[in-house]
Amino acid sequence: MLEVRGLSVEYATDGAPVVAVDGVDLDVAAGEFVGVVGESGCGKSTLLFAIARLLSPPAAITAGSIVFKGHNLVTMTEKQLNALRWRDCSVVMQSAMNALNPITTIGAQFRDVAHAHMDWSADEVAERSAEVLRLVGIDPIHLKSYPHQLSGGMRQRAMIAMALLFTPDLVIMDEPTSALDVVAQRSLMVQIKQLQRQLGFAVVFVTHDMSLVSHFSDQLLVMYAGLIVEVGPTRTVFDSPAHPYSRGLLEAFPSIRGVRRPLTGIPGSPPDLARPPSGCRFHPRCPVAMPECATTEPPLYSVGRAQARCLLHAPERAPLSEVRS
Amino acid sequence: MTLLETVGLTKHFKIGGNVSRRTLHAVDDVNLSIDRQEIVALVGESGSGKSTIARLLARVYQPTSGEIRYQDRPLSSMRTRRQSLAYRGDVPMVFQDPFSSLNPAYRVAHGIMRGLKLHRRDLNRAQRREEALRVISAVGLAPGVLDRYPHELSGGQRQRVGFAQALAYRPKLIIADEPVSMLDVSIRIGLLNLMTALREQEGVSILYITHDIASARYVSDRLLVMYAGHIVESGPVEDVLARPKHPYTQLLLSAVPDPRAPLSTDSADQGEPPRVIDPKPGCRFRWRCPLAIDVCERVTPELRLLAPGHSAACHVATPEPSLSEP
Repeated sequence: MLEVRGLSVEYATDGAPVVAVDGVDLDVAAGEFVGVVGESGCGKSTLLFAIARLLSPPAAITAGSIVFKGHNLVTMTEKQLNALRWRDCSVVMQSAMNALNPITTIGAQFRDVAHAHMDWSADEVAERSAEVLRLVGIDPIHLKSYPHQLSGGMRQRAMIAMALLFTPDLVIMDEPTSALDVVAQRSLMVQIKQLQRQLGFAVVFVTHDMSLVSHFSDQLLVMYAGLIVEVGPTRTVFDSPAHPYSRGLLEAFPSIRGVRRPLTGIPGSPPDLARPPSGCRFHPRCPVAMPECATTEPPLYSVGRAQARCLLHAPERAPLSEVRS
Repeated sequence: MTLLETVGLTKHFKIGGNVSRRTLHAVDDVNLSIDRQEIVALVGESGSGKSTIARLLARVYQPTSGEIRYQDRPLSSMRTRRQSLAYRGDVPMVFQDPFSSLNPAYRVAHGIMRGLKLHRRDLNRAQRREEALRVISAVGLAPGVLDRYPHELSGGQRQRVGFAQALAYRPKLIIADEPVSMLDVSIRIGLLNLMTALREQEGVSILYITHDIASARYVSDRLLVMYAGHIVESGPVEDVLARPKHPYTQLLLSAVPDPRAPLSTDSADQGEPPRVIDPKPGCRFRWRCPLAIDVCERVTPELRLLAPGHSAACHVATPEPSLSEP
């Protein structure tokens, strides 16, 4: 349903442009849940904004295509995009606190959306608004409430309800749970998954917390320094991470179960995208880096059902990589 | 040996205008203690009052009632400038946001030197420089960092500078309020490891305030769980995680995402925040509690010892058999 090919996004600067998203391929089937994980500055949010065609200067798509239900979004005009937006593809932003208008009621904001994208009568809008609010477990009485009268979790639910107003095929979510406490976070994740099963929309879900999506996503993409470094079925990536960075990310979370043992995290810090390291972009922080990693840019190699951008998995080295993993 | 303790520590905030005056109970009747060289984690959701406790301990706020005792002396008796300066040097704070807690106009050395001039008057210029080099290497940074500006440093490096500033005072207790939550996941562990190393090498105690119970387990000896201004459970960290007594702690633990464990979806709790504005007596968790009984409506539960060193504020929780034996 969504097919992204070779997508690159650059931020224009005074010097050389910063390539925030570098040749990303991404496929999302109808009804699929795709998780995109990475640290801040890895390009995950930029990728998501590019897919929704919401980038504004100095960011611009410089290469690639985004084919959504047969249309290439990259070449579409704003007018054509408006016909798709919200109806077929909606976006849930990170902070509902900032995404909702504080001075109008929730209901008025639902009406705004409906008027902009659909010609429904006032009754139809009211009926549908109440319906989607009930879907996310909020009493429709809150259509008369202002955002500040709702808790953080409810505001985030209201945002999701708004995204579902026209039963879209694709919902793009940018860290919708990051401002919530763990209990509210789990509750919201479970609900997103239930709604997804019930209504059949696909989800592209961006997060920095890899463990959050472990039980929810079908496919997982790990991004580092603008590149996809690993992609595969979620369970495969968690059970046998093929890229040293994915392994490091998984190792970076202490657990509340099992024996308490020292962790090392990943040494160093994420690279400056204006000056990405040569060769493999992870090599300065990689615990298993080899001399050639500093000079050779690895492509995505197949590793079982997943793909990883790491020279350890180059076909000529395959036996060694099996030993290591 | 107890370094710092609070007795009935309470902080209320007045909200609303003259017409609708209401009181927000941020921290209510908190008794906690921190021993020498101990790392205590204070865990709770946003709005539970954990940062208010940090600010009370750092003397940013004055308590509404109750007392903080430091080395057996009540803070309220430390009135002179010299005494309060000494306390601030002994109990510094490390803040959540390393991007706004360092002055961007000065080099890293400036903040450390100022602290040294203020709190350690006996040092001369050369000794101060030496001490600055010592603390900067104690937090795992290169000496060259002293001459850099904050904007030249990464978030993790800046947060280490925050710890170096605190260390320069020769502190007894560092209050670290969410020190890693703004950092990238891959470098958080490094800071947590630094905290345990500082305890070993510098002999400081740390109050680690966080919403992340897994990182609390990773660094701390003892765990305090806060809910709606009350401490609802306290005990050795492994005991609390293995046998949580309070239903809130149980809920919290079940909600931590863990790729290594199956997902628990049996709870319908939506994580609605508690009401702490003009609260009535009774347990503040009762609306969300699956075990609530009549008495929870009327009587505010107090912390009761249920296992060795492990207590919970719950009417329903039962003591472990080992405790009833003589």
